[in-house]
Amino acid sequence: MYGLIAEFDNPEALVGAAHRAFAEGFRKMDAYSPFPVEGLAEALGFHRTRVPLIVLTGGILGCLGGFFLQYWLAVIDYPINVGGRPLNSWPSFIPVTFELTILIAALSAFFGVLALNGLPMPYHPVFNVERFELASRNRFFLLIEAADPRFDSAGTRRFLENIGSHGVYEVEP
Amino acid sequence: MESEPTKESAEAQDSLPLIEPGHTFASITDKISAIVLTSRTPRFWYIGFGLSFILVLVLLYCIAALVAVGVGLFGIMIPVAWGFAIVNFVWWIGIGHAGTLISAILLLLRQKWRQSINRFAEAMTLFAVACAGLFPLIHLGRPWFAYWLFPYPSTMGIQPQFRSPLVWDVFAVSTYFTVSLLFWFLGLIPDLATLRDRARGRVPRFIYGMLAMGWRGSAIHWYRYEMAYLLLAGLATPLVVSVHTVVSFDFAVALVPGWHSTIFPPYFVAGAIYSGFAMVLTIAIPLRKLYGLEDFITLRHLRNMGIVMLATGMVVAYGYLMETFFAWYSGDIFEKYMMLNRMFGPYGWMYWLLILFNILIPQALWIAKVRTHPVVLFLISISVNIGMWLERYVIVVVSLSRDFMPSAWGMYSGTIVDYAVLAGSIGLFVCLLFLFIRVLPMISIFEMRGLVHEEEVKNV
Repeated sequence: MYGLIAEFDNPEALVGAAHRAFAEGFRKMDAYSPFPVEGLAEALGFHRTRVPLIVLTGGILGCLGGFFLQYWLAVIDYPINVGGRPLNSWPSFIPVTFELTILIAALSAFFGVLALNGLPMPYHPVFNVERFELASRNRFFLLIEAADPRFDSAGTRRFLENIGSHGVYEVEP
Repeated sequence: MESEPTKESAEAQDSLPLIEPGHTFASITDKISAIVLTSRTPRFWYIGFGLSFILVLVLLYCIAALVAVGVGLFGIMIPVAWGFAIVNFVWWIGIGHAGTLISAILLLLRQKWRQSINRFAEAMTLFAVACAGLFPLIHLGRPWFAYWLFPYPSTMGIQPQFRSPLVWDVFAVSTYFTVSLLFWFLGLIPDLATLRDRARGRVPRFIYGMLAMGWRGSAIHWYRYEMAYLLLAGLATPLVVSVHTVVSFDFAVALVPGWHSTIFPPYFVAGAIYSGFAMVLTIAIPLRKLYGLEDFITLRHLRNMGIVMLATGMVVAYGYLMETFFAWYSGDIFEKYMMLNRMFGPYGWMYWLLILFNILIPQALWIAKVRTHPVVLFLISISVNIGMWLERYVIVVVSLSRDFMPSAWGMYSGTIVDYAVLAGSIGLFVCLLFLFIRVLPMISIFEMRGLVHEEEVKNV
């Protein structure tokens, strides 16, 4: 068994349940909703994400890369003498530098969030639960993994049944 | 079902709903995904797709002719070396800007009304930028050398001229297309998961499943997702301003009177938002009627879009006024003549049509009832679309046709190929839109669920 999953029919019930599960000492949990629910990730104990750092890094790389690309090409590799004007015409290098900053930052954001989330991951044990289809429609779920140290098949099932859920199902691996 | 109110007082305007009451997470999901998955494709879809596809074929034929025969098939000649192709380029890029504004800027400003329109507005941006990107390629005398614009390790040892706005354009438009695509696709992932779960056949289920990348709605994933989405919005906002600024630099850094003007960047950006919102309205009004989406794209959305159009239209009007003022105040004989030529020269009729379509007709938007009347709004949006095309024509062609020396003057008129390519590009845009509404949810399902939840919480 991979874990036990409980179904709720509104987001507030799910957030409340997540808080209670966290208070009980469960740590290997996840919650599923058809739209982002405020406070849910925090209730599961998740607070910081590295996405902003990844985007910032990407932006800085794009900025430096863009500027030095132009500098190298216009000053060192293929300098064009136009009336003796300075080769390092940095004001005119700004538009391309700016665009490349945005481009690399955006690519970092997109691929960064996918990578951090572990996507693409076409298979996950929760998809084996038939009712889970509704997680992308109008139902909310709380999963407690069997790998959690405080997991106990019967006890956890009873706990989940008593925190306002509408059904508790077994998740096959 | 909701009936369109005909009389509306100022107080009642404020109570226009963002989403018609009575919807649940389930009803929203079912209604929007049904358009893609289960409902029979309506007949108008086949007719619309068919007609626009014919125009796409016309476009392909013309492009083949241009590459084989040469760019002289367009009416361009010295002095007017930029004609319809560049006018269309700027027009299409401008149209794309509203999608990013709705998706990104309204997100940053926490405007909830963006949620039912941002999906197809972003799609509109992508298709508009795709259409726009065609024109710099096909207007080249030797389009097979287009790759010279990119900095690649050339065996000839030459590199692009980074001090030229034409090269800046390459980076700006490519970046704009890529970032819009990423933003749009990221927004689609949860909805693709919804379609995957609701699809009945094995092939749709597989395709949506692969595209959704296994999204399961995990709270931790949502947390990172929202962060990334917000950051992308923050990146897209300065991007959209910079892209049309760089496009305006194509003209502003040149010497031609009527082009060499510092007002161009803000003037072009405001014009872009103006024409973009007009196109969003042109698309939204028929779509909501034909697909019965009045519950999601309500009169409040139409009213808000009308207000944005009015505001940006006033900025554009200010731009026209300032151009005229500068021409006189500068005391420069060439500037003054440029303005007189624009108004009373051989293309003068176009200038006054432009004032009619862009400034006079949209003044109707000051009237509250007009802003919530779909048919009138639709007509005004068509007027603005045409007016903005005329504006680009006046800027590009009229300024070039008479610049400094009378000996350099010349006339320009579009050839049949010019018109065919314009119609073809519109056909390509409409064709892509029809494909989009057939296979993807045209309203962001998960954001609408969030909206319903917020309205519920507010009313409790």
